[in-house]
Amino acid sequence: MIRLFYKRAIKDIRENRFLNAVTIITIALSILIVSVFALFFINTNDLINHWKKGIRIMVYLKTNTSGARIPDIKKKFEEMYGVSKAVFISKEDALEQLKRQIKSQISLLEDLKENPLPDAFEVRMIPSSQSWEKVETLADKFKSLPYVDDVEYGKKWLGRFANIVNLFRLTGYGVGGLFFMAAVFIVANTIRLVLYSRREEIEIMRLIGAADGFIKIPFYIQGLIQGILGGIIGLGILFFTFMIIAANVEQGFLPGSFQIRFLPPAVFFSIVISSMIVGWLGCYLSLKQFLKI
Amino acid sequence: MIDEKEKNAIIRLFHVYRHYGSKNALIDITLDVFKNEFLFISGPSGAGKTTLLKLLYLGEPVSDGQILIDGMNLSRITRNRIPYLRRNFGIVFQDYKLIKTKTVYENVAIVLEASGVKRRMVQKKVNHVLRTVGMEQRHSAFPPSLSGGEQQRVAIARAIVGDPKIILADEPTGSLDSESASFIFNLLKGVHTRGATVIIATHDKELIRKTGGRVVYLSSGRLETSPYV
Repeated sequence: MIRLFYKRAIKDIRENRFLNAVTIITIALSILIVSVFALFFINTNDLINHWKKGIRIMVYLKTNTSGARIPDIKKKFEEMYGVSKAVFISKEDALEQLKRQIKSQISLLEDLKENPLPDAFEVRMIPSSQSWEKVETLADKFKSLPYVDDVEYGKKWLGRFANIVNLFRLTGYGVGGLFFMAAVFIVANTIRLVLYSRREEIEIMRLIGAADGFIKIPFYIQGLIQGILGGIIGLGILFFTFMIIAANVEQGFLPGSFQIRFLPPAVFFSIVISSMIVGWLGCYLSLKQFLKI
Repeated sequence: MIDEKEKNAIIRLFHVYRHYGSKNALIDITLDVFKNEFLFISGPSGAGKTTLLKLLYLGEPVSDGQILIDGMNLSRITRNRIPYLRRNFGIVFQDYKLIKTKTVYENVAIVLEASGVKRRMVQKKVNHVLRTVGMEQRHSAFPPSLSGGEQQRVAIARAIVGDPKIILADEPTGSLDSESASFIFNLLKGVHTRGATVIIATHDKELIRKTGGRVVYLSSGRLETSPYV
């Protein structure tokens, strides 16, 4: 039975080759555009997370802060919301670290009569609380404490960048939705034209006692085939473009340890499945309208 | 006597009307058709013969009145049961209604495929019925390449392949030469002999005369003879 339906669907596709090709290409292009957005977000998201991992707030204490208060201050910091750990770095440690880092120019430091560096805390945040507003509020809180001289949490621009990406993401959902609808209507139209060219045949089938399912199933198969092919072609084009771009651009401006990647399998398959849903929905709309009469 | 016949009725019409707008196509038709009967519906063109057949397989709805087919009340039938009602019928349409893009074989096979018969069985039955109507040589031809008589034979093959209880034939010999007509006619006789109820709408008096069997006349939408024999 399935074999019979499948054969009828394939026959329909072959007999309406041009129409089906146009539909499949339209689906492919829609899928391509939507998946370009998806690929872009997945990678910028990766990039932001990569940067976020490095987020720490440096809290510099005033020089007159006595060493005896350090454990208290540490405790106070660690009790603050969003903080996972506060590590004390004494000015001596800091100087040692600096000396290690600038070994070649170590002579510059040898003339120092006293250590110019302040005592400091390196505050790490709980990963989930790393949203940008929180980092900022926390930094302000530190700054308002009497024994804190200065606070540093670099990469302020990263917050703004993340906001822009979020905005793009919303746009992406919107554009994705619109392309999804457009693709559904195009499939619906193709199926409608096929139905129209077969209306006599369908009428005869109904007269000889064919149930609606028997008439409909081949059209659904046709819609699903269009969806799968469109999805795979769209993603295929994306993949080849990605390979070319990745091969040429990667080393250019991205941080060394960061690798751009293609859509993960789950996303890949979700896109193919949504493409199938496009085919199915298009069919459903046409058949519903057509077989009512 | 009548009660006994009522038990045997496979088709019953009670005061059936069909009108299109203000035009009455059928007026107050009451008629019983019995199991294994060979019935002619006669009358001039436009008398309502085709309309009457259409009402039986729900090709059109009745405007008023009731129709029972093998105990099923057509006015109570739901949309998704219509295909099952239609499988009681083998219909030979006036214009054949063959699917032009399918071969002779496929045109006949589709009846069985639609009711879920297995492929092997479909093959066996279709080949057998094509042999019966003398079309086995042309099983892969497409309908437009066939003569009128050949198309009619395919139409009959399609009507009888599912072994329906009732055969409806609308002017089955209308546009055929006398040789083709008598061949078609013998096919219908054969089906009747094997137990089917056959209803033929025709204005061909010669055909009726040769056959015998009950005849009802339709004239301007009214039944002219008594509904019982």
